[in-house]
Amino acid sequence: MFTPDRKHHSLKNRFGKRTTLLQSLAVFGLLSASPVMAADGPGLGKPIDEAQLQGWDLIVQPDGTGLPEGSGTGAQGQAVYEQKCAACHGMQGEGMPGVPALAGGSLTTTPPLMTVGSYWPHASTIYDYVRRAMPPLAPKSLSNTEVYQVTAYVLQLNGIVERDFVLDSTSLPKVKMPNSGNFIDRSQVQQ
Amino acid sequence: MQKNNKSEPVRNEERIALLSDQVAGNGLISRRHLLGFSLAGAGGLLASSALAADAGALTRPAWSMAPGRDPSEYGNPSSFAAQIKRLAPAPNTISPGTGASRSPLHLLQGTITPNSLHFERHHAGVPNIDPAQHRFVLHGMVRQPLEFSYEDLLAYPMVSRVYFLECSGNSGANSSGAAAADNSAGGIHGLLSCAEWTGVRLSTLLDEAGVAPGASWITATGADAASLGRSVPLDKALRDVIIALYQNGEPIRPEQGYPMRLFVPGWEGNVSVKWLTQIKVTDGPANFRDETSRYTELLPDGKALQFTYPMGVKSVITSPSGQMTLTRRGLHEVTGVAWSGSGSIRRVEISADGGRTWADAHIDADQRELALTRFRLPWLWEGAEAVLQSRATDSAGNVQPARAAWVAQYSPANRFHYNGIQSWAVSAQGEVKNVYA
Ligand code: HEC
Repeated sequence: MFTPDRKHHSLKNRFGKRTTLLQSLAVFGLLSASPVMAADGPGLGKPIDEAQLQGWDLIVQPDGTGLPEGSGTGAQGQAVYEQKCAACHGMQGEGMPGVPALAGGSLTTTPPLMTVGSYWPHASTIYDYVRRAMPPLAPKSLSNTEVYQVTAYVLQLNGIVERDFVLDSTSLPKVKMPNSGNFIDRSQVQQ
Repeated sequence: MQKNNKSEPVRNEERIALLSDQVAGNGLISRRHLLGFSLAGAGGLLASSALAADAGALTRPAWSMAPGRDPSEYGNPSSFAAQIKRLAPAPNTISPGTGASRSPLHLLQGTITPNSLHFERHHAGVPNIDPAQHRFVLHGMVRQPLEFSYEDLLAYPMVSRVYFLECSGNSGANSSGAAAADNSAGGIHGLLSCAEWTGVRLSTLLDEAGVAPGASWITATGADAASLGRSVPLDKALRDVIIALYQNGEPIRPEQGYPMRLFVPGWEGNVSVKWLTQIKVTDGPANFRDETSRYTELLPDGKALQFTYPMGVKSVITSPSGQMTLTRRGLHEVTGVAWSGSGSIRRVEISADGGRTWADAHIDADQRELALTRFRLPWLWEGAEAVLQSRATDSAGNVQPARAAWVAQYSPANRFHYNGIQSWAVSAQGEVKNVYA
């Protein structure tokens, strides 16, 4: 599916079959105009600035990379939670059929109950997931501040932080999740 | 389904000839023998019931007497094959679009899943994406962050490969269910499909952006309402990961990520992020919800395996299989599919006596890596109870485990990466049922 007006393809046609695209570009000094072009592709990526991705890139890593400005406490988060989450996840995070519990649980009961409190290794995942996916009917509708608040409240429901603990980009990566030491990294077992 | 001829017992001399080439207990027959047997003209075994079936003269059917319909723009299956559908659940009323439909493995043959029957698993429904407005951004630890349109990617060199795709939760009902549920092969194992995927090597685009020193992972997200995210180690991303644009020759279906998806060969399906809109190169995994809360495997001691990527070696007999009924005594073909996330399939063994004796099934030579393999073996069923099982071995030497051995490795809460041997019990009446054996 070649598009005839693409500059690289028309160059290729002009210089004929025996000259490769790269050679043509190199001869005419055009490579420098497209310094990131890869040897095995036409190099059509358009440069973009990380600044343009602010607010679009929602990835939050365990070390706090990607966390936005703002802060929130469980005390503030309770209202958000009760208004926007509790109908499905329960007032205390107990869940209901078809909706996971967010609080309590244990890995040693039969059957085990895996929740944010009993299972999740990182607090960053709550922020990351709630901001991108919750509530299901209006994902990405909470403000960054509301996500801090409701994340703090989910942590509070699990007894991991106090009601007045201020969650922000500095404090969140330091929150120690109860089950954090219990994951075995298998990422290097690739076959 | 098996042919619905009324029982025509196998003639004695044929039976003796067949059983002289039995390769394992309870009627498993060498395929080579069967081929020779038919060619020798003693093929009455297969034809006998047909001969007896109809004494009247043949008449010409109506469709031979008048022209059929015109050629059409986009084809459909025969109206007589309309029952071959995905096994789809009722709509999710709490979290719309969340759920899965399964490939009807027991109604399919060969190794390629038609696009309309490829399994689906979504976490917030299927978005209807206009490719002209879709953007794919490659950024993070790169020399130059880049943005690509769908049209841009269509102009890149592509590769085409046949790969299976299996959800990490496939067959999970058999891993943890207290009793074996009455279900079909597709109902239990249908979060598995296989297609030819065509797309652009991710390494081509990573080269173009220029991976920065110190980078070791990619983190990918989709443009669906869940913005589903997964992390993949950079060495795998550079090895064989593609951005898939075509599926069995046509643009990938919306439920497979139209206009573009990540395709990570051999690894649990969830990492092949659909509706791909972002790859951020990083120095560590993001620990998304779907690689912490879910798609991790809890062990008996409370520890859990994280980032378990390749799918284990596995096989399932698709016919005869759960909820079918054998209505004819005599020769049947036992057939199914096998696959492994660690290479190609080297061997599939079949047992008709619950694992006491095994015979090698026939598979074609030169099996593709990371794709489905079809296996077959003749079976003479004379009305005795049987338990059919298949056991696959891959090119890395991994052998599919017995169910009990698999279950013993994990917490009872774990349903991911189940690859235990499937047992189908055949009753004296020919009813085939899912059992634990
Ligand atoms: C309409 C019902 C509904 C509402 C409202 C809702 N959720 Fe959810 N939530 C779900 C469902 C269903 C899932 C499981 C989704 C899946 O498995 O893909 C879920 C998953 C989660 C999870 C991950 C749980 C786990 O164990 O993996 C978190 C955390 C969460 N929701 C937080 C919230 C927060 C915070 C709010 C309020 C801002 C909220 N949810 C509102 C239905 C809801």
